[in-house]
Amino acid sequence: MADEEDELPETELSYDQKKEIAKWFLLNAPAGEINYVAKDLQAVLCDEEVYNEAAVEAFPVYNKSHMIFLEMPSGAGDVIVSSYSEITENEYLDPRTAQVALVDHVKQICTKVRPAYDEELPSSYTEEYRSALDAEIQRYVSESYPKGVCAVNCVKGKDAEGPGSDFELVVIITATKLSPQNFCNGSWRSIWTIDFQDESQVLEIKGKLQVGAHYFEEGNVELDAKKEFQDSTMFQSADDCGIAIANIVRHHETEYLAALEVAYSKLPDNTFKDLRRKLPVTRTLFPWQNTLQFSLTREVEKELGLGK
Amino acid sequence: MEAALGLLRRMPPKQSETALSALLSLLPQHSSDLLSQVDLPLQVLRDGESRKDFILCEYNRDADSYRSPWSNKYHPSLEDALYPSSELRKLEVEANDIFAIYRDQYYEGGISSVYMWEDDNEGFVACFLIKKDGSKSGHGRRGCLEEGAWDAIHVIQVGPEEEEMAQYCLTSTIMLSLTTDDESSGKFGLSGSIRRQMKMELAVAEGHLCNMGRMIEELEGKLRNSLDQVYFGKTREMVCTLRPPAEIVQMRLPDT
Repeated sequence: MADEEDELPETELSYDQKKEIAKWFLLNAPAGEINYVAKDLQAVLCDEEVYNEAAVEAFPVYNKSHMIFLEMPSGAGDVIVSSYSEITENEYLDPRTAQVALVDHVKQICTKVRPAYDEELPSSYTEEYRSALDAEIQRYVSESYPKGVCAVNCVKGKDAEGPGSDFELVVIITATKLSPQNFCNGSWRSIWTIDFQDESQVLEIKGKLQVGAHYFEEGNVELDAKKEFQDSTMFQSADDCGIAIANIVRHHETEYLAALEVAYSKLPDNTFKDLRRKLPVTRTLFPWQNTLQFSLTREVEKELGLGK
Repeated sequence: MEAALGLLRRMPPKQSETALSALLSLLPQHSSDLLSQVDLPLQVLRDGESRKDFILCEYNRDADSYRSPWSNKYHPSLEDALYPSSELRKLEVEANDIFAIYRDQYYEGGISSVYMWEDDNEGFVACFLIKKDGSKSGHGRRGCLEEGAWDAIHVIQVGPEEEEMAQYCLTSTIMLSLTTDDESSGKFGLSGSIRRQMKMELAVAEGHLCNMGRMIEELEGKLRNSLDQVYFGKTREMVCTLRPPAEIVQMRLPDT
């Protein structure tokens, strides 16, 4: 044992270093916990200027990557903050209502909405596919997620006027459950990209699911699970495409959930055992009282080739 | 300080080292407090003479050197370094041997080290450490884990003997992280840390080692169990709350 301390260099951090550290903490906040992190961070930093600048830079990134959803004033529903719906850093399109929400990132609220301009919206041709898919996805989400929010955005080929052009839709499903009083928060994020390829008459579908959970009552434990998917279907009418895509999404997400359950059920007797067994290889508690005999036993084990 | 611990409780367990070093640079005046309250994944060094690995921690450190429990030598070598008394060193040697067997039986691999030193109130303190790499490429017997790390730190304070009894105060920390990666479930990672305490007054008739060992075995088992059942269980519940399995949804549908 040695004397601790008095060895750490007490060099003063620069403004930028402090800001980078502050941003790091904010960006690494688990789902739904950025405001708690922000509060503790302010207390640690004791520097409002640094904090404010870090917050202005970190919150938009965090909000978009966590795909948070904010209630729009006038009861128009929720708008999802994501890179797929982003018009400017503070403006996000809600494709369902054709409104643009003005977002205050640090406060995590939607302050105002305005009707979207025509150039911000997809053409009537792509909108037909978008709204048909949106209806099917909404139905699926309401059946499968107790508190899910979803949106379908057109990210490429917005101005496709009719058959003969490619376009791309992105389905976003996001669900969070926050119960800070139980020290437990979690989030589910799905991103499904559907590439409508006109020439081959095929829809290429790519999915990315990410599930996180954080339980921190007298400890700190985190689940971090993600998986990517690939599938395809035929280019059909808007309604049929909507049904086909929603079925594919439903199928993969249901399978994934079942696979997570399997992964959990394998933990106690399999996965976790590779870290530490519940009981010793002998299946009885360690005989501490016979410790003297151990050295002998070990020698014997070694000779028999049992010990590893 | 409270806010700093709050931050550490929220940051992803896998980032605990980065989080701590960030806090140390922001709060140099609290460095000793922080270091005493936060445990970090253990580091390992090779004792060339004994051809064995040993674990590094604050308890076998003097300046920038660490004492190996196998050769009792500091690495890199250090003059006028601190050593336990010869009597305590004897117990330390014995503890290292026995704890290695304990470790083998529970962990089927891994590295362990035990360090002891006299404390100010006529008793002593012992620190039992285990580090295991349970990944496929490490000591994972079943080959389930893409990545798997387990660090156990048991610090036990032993009071002076009084009428053949002694007070034991054990503080145990487990830090772990495991990741599986397969076709159906993709990357599935769980990581975390918990710390608990256990106090007992025991007869020393069977020796300190026996008492300390039993307490460690019990608390380590409890911690493993609560990680498995409670902590991992809570995250599993959370997943099912976010998107309940189909059976539950179907059961609910008739009502809606």
